[in-house]
Amino acid sequence: MADTLTPVLTADWADEQSWKLATYERNGGYRAVRKALAMAPDDIITAVKDSGLRGRGGAGFPTGMKWGFIPQDNPNPKYLVVNADESEPGTCKDIPLMMATPHTLVEGVIISSFAIRANKAFIYIRGEVVHVIRRVQAAVAEAYAAGHLGKNIHGSGYDLDVVVHAGAGAYICGEETALLEGLEGRRGQPRLRPPFPAVAGLYASPTVINNVESIASVPSIIENGADWFASMGTEKSKGFGIFSLSGHIANPGQYEAPLGTTLRTLIDLAGGIRQGHELKFWTPGGSSTPILTDEHLDVPLDFEAVGAAGSMLGTRALQIFDDTTCVVRAVLRWTEFYKHESCGKCTPCREGTWWLVQVLTNLEKGVGRESDLELLLDQCDNILGRSFCALADGATSPITSSIQFFRDEYLEHLSNQGCPFDPVASTLFTAEGAF
Amino acid sequence: MPVDDRTLDDATLEELREIAARYPEPRSGLLPMLHLVQSVQGRVTSEGIEVCADILGITAAEVSGVATFYTMYKRRPVGDYHVGVCTNTLCAVMGGDVIFERLKEHLDVGNDETTTDGRITLEHVECNAACDYAPVVMVNWEFMDNMTPQSATDLVDDLREGKEVRSTRGPRIATWREVERVLAGFPDDLADEGPAAGPASLVGLGIARERGWTAPGGEASGPTGSPTDSPGESAELADTSRAESETKQEEGHQDG
Repeated sequence: MADTLTPVLTADWADEQSWKLATYERNGGYRAVRKALAMAPDDIITAVKDSGLRGRGGAGFPTGMKWGFIPQDNPNPKYLVVNADESEPGTCKDIPLMMATPHTLVEGVIISSFAIRANKAFIYIRGEVVHVIRRVQAAVAEAYAAGHLGKNIHGSGYDLDVVVHAGAGAYICGEETALLEGLEGRRGQPRLRPPFPAVAGLYASPTVINNVESIASVPSIIENGADWFASMGTEKSKGFGIFSLSGHIANPGQYEAPLGTTLRTLIDLAGGIRQGHELKFWTPGGSSTPILTDEHLDVPLDFEAVGAAGSMLGTRALQIFDDTTCVVRAVLRWTEFYKHESCGKCTPCREGTWWLVQVLTNLEKGVGRESDLELLLDQCDNILGRSFCALADGATSPITSSIQFFRDEYLEHLSNQGCPFDPVASTLFTAEGAF
Repeated sequence: MPVDDRTLDDATLEELREIAARYPEPRSGLLPMLHLVQSVQGRVTSEGIEVCADILGITAAEVSGVATFYTMYKRRPVGDYHVGVCTNTLCAVMGGDVIFERLKEHLDVGNDETTTDGRITLEHVECNAACDYAPVVMVNWEFMDNMTPQSATDLVDDLREGKEVRSTRGPRIATWREVERVLAGFPDDLADEGPAAGPASLVGLGIARERGWTAPGGEASGPTGSPTDSPGESAELADTSRAESETKQEEGHQDG
């Protein structure tokens, strides 16, 4: 049984100048690369498969299996693309990782690229985090200067070039095929699958796209072994992950723990819900994962148990809302976000998210009618599963789950002819401070 | 209004070609190329669109389609400081909505508008991946964490007066155009400024150290499993960083 918190990726974040190569190497960094370069690439893939590592970007697909899908007999170049477009509302783990220890990511990129036999890798970072981009740019430059990147890395005969690529503001580019479109210099609109990126990805060549945290976990697996990683977590959700607590709790922040921990445990560590208030609802993995309530405090936070509870583990973005928060307002705002970020390619999403905002706005103002709730559910039914990518599905999650748990609160907006909540009460400052 | 209709000179054209050459297929350079156009001209100009199209051998319509898809590209001039207030649900609920309303009033601008002195462009932004520091404001895409209406109005006043402003988790704030150049892939010298992590990023690590919790195997610390060289020193650093930031936060709240 592992400890309650298991800092691995976050372990060195408090070190002075932790982002520098010298600090990283002093803490044992780049040892795993030397070990990996002496291994057969297929043995690295096997180790990652055996570790049980599943994608940390939300979908939870087994990382080693993804790598195994790359057709090595395809004559085209192979590519590794790191998805560093962290923008799912509530998600805030990759950004601090790249700011504090970018070399963990760079080392992971080298090992992963070597495993899939890629000689070119791209790190696609959302553009709106310039200091994170600086740190990753600097880490890549340091890695080149030290011979960790470039030609014939450490005499292995293996060459790798890494390009740090800044996005330009588009939530949809966190979707892997939309990200590839952005990386090819196009509008970020998802592609129809199949073909999957493993077969025809970047430049129609075999491509692996992995989340930052997934790739950053690879050096530790190579260094300590698949069994070490698999000794943490639950049966089908192995290892550790960064849990990001935000919202109405005493100490929001990053908590690295084995998968399968519970929100009750994490809230206790975080000093409890904001003083004088109670937990009302929360997201387990960003706004695209159906909301849960205080009934679900003991659900193990792994892929299976959160799924069985009717939601998804997603990115472990635990957004906590207390009893001062109006759920209708919260859901309307998320819906406006999906409407704004819909890329426009698929009609159910482009038109549907627009209509969802219209209906929800009326309900929030208290000028709708009770049958609007059925209308919303019907609209969600016509959006879910009818678009190329998961953005549209995500847009329905907060609506259907909030109606399930808080139908009365929607109706209260109608009987009250407006929102019954004082929005200032949910802020972190007092009414006097705010105005 | 800082309109700069300066044409793109030879040095810029050379840099645009240099960006395209980073990639196996030149068109992949388009996003950073448009960032570079913005750094030189303060927005995506028609000239910038045509120049990019010419270098990449695609149509101006194709470039324009890209330039209008991504929210960081601006067709109208942006001020020296782009102030983005997160109004996605979590920040909005925690105070982002109040901060945004207050700034609109204080600066006498609407969403996506620039002050008459050309100093500040105000915009509400979507989740910027800093939810543990809510409510969050971004200035030229640098983090300003744990903001209040008062600290936010002080912030924009300082920016307008030309005082040096530092990110709460990053460097001194450069101008919007200077930052656009970094996004184009031409680094400045600010990477080593600012802390490794803000206080919220370190809370879990701090608790684990206090309680002696580690990953198994006795090789808990670091991605490669090496024991921390000096855990005491690291914990001390974390505490110092946290204390400093808490002090700042308290000041912010008092001001609020």
